[in-house]
Amino acid sequence: MERIPILRIGDLLLVSIQVDMHDRLAMTLQDDLTERIVRDRAKGVLIDISALDLVDSFIGRMISNTAAMARVLDAQTVLVGMQPAVAITLVELGLTLPGVKTALNVEKGMTMLGQR
Amino acid sequence: MNLAGTNDMVRFDSPLLAEAGARVESSVTLPLHTDEHVVGVRKVVREHALDLKLSLVEQTKLVTAASELARNTIKYGGGGMVLAQMLDSGMRRGLRLVFADDGPGIADIAQALRDGFTSGGGLGLGLGGAKRLVDEFDIDSRSGEGTAVAIVKWKK
Repeated sequence: MERIPILRIGDLLLVSIQVDMHDRLAMTLQDDLTERIVRDRAKGVLIDISALDLVDSFIGRMISNTAAMARVLDAQTVLVGMQPAVAITLVELGLTLPGVKTALNVEKGMTMLGQR
Repeated sequence: MNLAGTNDMVRFDSPLLAEAGARVESSVTLPLHTDEHVVGVRKVVREHALDLKLSLVEQTKLVTAASELARNTIKYGGGGMVLAQMLDSGMRRGLRLVFADDGPGIADIAQALRDGFTSGGGLGLGLGGAKRLVDEFDIDSRSGEGTAVAIVKWKK
């Protein structure tokens, strides 16, 4: 089955979404991430969407839910690399991703998670 | 107009499928039944948006609106099709998309367009959100027959 790889760096998990995700793939990623947080005792999750040219309500909801699930599993999520056009569209769509921390790039996101 | 290719995909006979409101330069019909079809629609819409030379922000808005409506067609309409038409009004060019299904129809369109309303466990942003992302938006829904949603994005 098609999956998005999750990399572990110290006590962080890094996911870089490089494909146009269909809904099932987004749900699989959400499940995989929560499982890995527990298995790897991760303290932080970085989701890099710099390669995504679209975040619609389904993907947005997956990101929000993942961040909420991570939080109850004692891990912080930072969403990094959102393209400006995607940000404009998301807000106009009515999706502001409440409760999701963001950073401009992976490096800044890692710093953010390191400073907890 | 170009109904020959659409009639075998949905039975719902909506005027939105028959009348584009401007000269149709080209048109293509795609099926909408699976998650992969939604991804396929995004790709085709992106190609058309590039052809129209839309700005990156306008492209993103259009593709996102298409993604929302394509998902609605599958989730609430039980699957259907999308008709993509390149329009030329004489003054400007645009892309028109019509999403059609043979589903139960939308009981209360005004309610369905309101943010936060959902019957499917989503965020309830799909329909109203999609409307905000495009220039023109039309719904034709009949109880027990189906739903058609038409959107247009013009090159400004």
